[in-house]
Amino acid sequence: MLALDVEKRLGEFSLAARFETAGGVTALFGASGAGKTTLVNMIAGLIAPDRGHVRLNDTMLFDSANRINVPAHCRRIGYVFQEGRLFPHLSVAGNLDYGRRMCGLARDRAEMTRIVDLLDIGHLLDRRPGKLSGGERQRVAFGRALLMRPRLLLLDEPLASLDAARKREILPYLQRLRDEVPMVYVSHHAPELKRIATSVVLLEAGRVVATGGIDVLDAATAELVA
Amino acid sequence: MLDLSPDEWIAIRLSLKIALVATAVALPFGIALAWLLARKNFWGKTLLDGLVHMPLVLPPVVTGYLLLISFGRRGPIGAFLADHFGIVFSFRWTGAALSCGVMGFPLLVRPIRLAIEAIDRKLEDAAATLGADRLWVFLTVTLPLAMPGLIAGLVLCFAKALGEFGATITFVSNIPGETQTISAAIYTFTQIPGGDAAAGRLVLVAIAISLAALVVAEWLARRAGTRFHGE
Repeated sequence: MLALDVEKRLGEFSLAARFETAGGVTALFGASGAGKTTLVNMIAGLIAPDRGHVRLNDTMLFDSANRINVPAHCRRIGYVFQEGRLFPHLSVAGNLDYGRRMCGLARDRAEMTRIVDLLDIGHLLDRRPGKLSGGERQRVAFGRALLMRPRLLLLDEPLASLDAARKREILPYLQRLRDEVPMVYVSHHAPELKRIATSVVLLEAGRVVATGGIDVLDAATAELVA
Repeated sequence: MLDLSPDEWIAIRLSLKIALVATAVALPFGIALAWLLARKNFWGKTLLDGLVHMPLVLPPVVTGYLLLISFGRRGPIGAFLADHFGIVFSFRWTGAALSCGVMGFPLLVRPIRLAIEAIDRKLEDAAATLGADRLWVFLTVTLPLAMPGLIAGLVLCFAKALGEFGATITFVSNIPGETQTISAAIYTFTQIPGGDAAAGRLVLVAIAISLAALVVAEWLARRAGTRFHGE
C-alpha cells in the first residue's frame, strides 16, 4: 500500500519517519507537535521531504534519489483537513463536484447519490459552506474527498474542531467510510482511533517509535497515564 | 436643461469609449501584476511596485510628458509600434486610452492585490489535492475569492480613466472628436465666453456617470459578498 521513508528539517524540528501500511485505516498517533501533519502533507504532496521516498502501491510519488516529485494535483490522494476547507464561493453541491471536474472524471449520478446518502448531506446541497454546522461541514469535506475517487484518503484530525456531541455524530459515518478507501487517519485522541483504526503508527518528536495493531494505542496511552 | 449638443454627445461617447477600453485592456495586466506582487518574491519587486504606483504620485503632466516622449510618433516605443503593428497613439483616441489606463492602473492593481493577499492559501492547497493544477486553482479559487477586490479595482480604474485630464491633454492634446473627453471639453468650454451652460451640462453628465458606476459597483460587490456568506 503506502510505503514511505522521509526526512525533513523545519527550523529546530526534524522529522525522520519510515513506515509501511497494508491498507485499511492506518492511525497516525502522537502528541501535537510530533510531526503528524507534516508527514501527511508530504504524502499529499503539499510539502516536499528533504530526502527519502514516498510510494503508493506501484507509483513512486516522491523519490529524492531519482528526482521524482509528483505534484499534489496529480497524486489522486484525498485530503480531509481539520477545518474542512470547503470553498466558500461554491455551494455544497459545487464543492462535492469540484474534485470530479478537476480530475476530468465523467459525471456519475449514481456515485454522487450513494456518497450523499452515505453521509446524509442531501438536504444541504444548495447551501453555502458558511451556513453549515461544524459537523455538517466535515461530512461535506469527507464527501468532497471521496468523490474524486482517491487512491488513498488522508484525514488530519477531522474531528478535532468538533465538540463531543458532534464527534459522536460523525464517528458512525467514518466507520462507514472504512470500507470505501484505504485511509491514513491522524489524531492525538486514542479513543477515537480505537473505534476506527486497523493499524497504528506511533509518532513521537518526529520519529516513529512503534507500529502495529490497535494494542499499540493501549501501550502508548498506558505510558501516558503512568 | 440637459439638451446636449452633438459636440457634447461626441465628447461623452468618446469619454465612455476611452474609459472602457482603458479599463478592459488594463485588467489582464492588472490581475497578473497584482498576483505577482501578492504572491511572488523576486529581485526588483519593490522597484516594480514603486513603478506601478508612480502615476499616483507624479504630477499628471509629468506622466503625460513621459508618455509623449516614449509613445509619441518619434518616441522609441511609439515608433516601433507604429512601424511594426500600425498602432499609433499620438493625437489619437488610442493614446487617450493609453494615458487613462496608465493613470488608472495603480488604482486597479491595489485592491486586487490586497484581495489576493487576504485569501486563505490553505483553500488553494485543498484545491490542489482535489486535482486542480495551478492555473485551475487560480481560475476556480483565487480569482472568484478575489472578486470583491476585482470589482473595486475596476470601478476605481474606470472612474479615474473617465476623469483623467492632465496626462491625456499633455500626451494627445484636446482634439474634438478624437481626444476631447468630457473633462477636456469642460475645460475648453470654461475658456470661451458663454460656455458656462455647456460646461454645466457636461458636469451633470460626469456626475451621473460616476454615480451610476458607484451604484453598479456596490450592487456587484454585495452580490459577490452574499455569494460567500449567504445561501
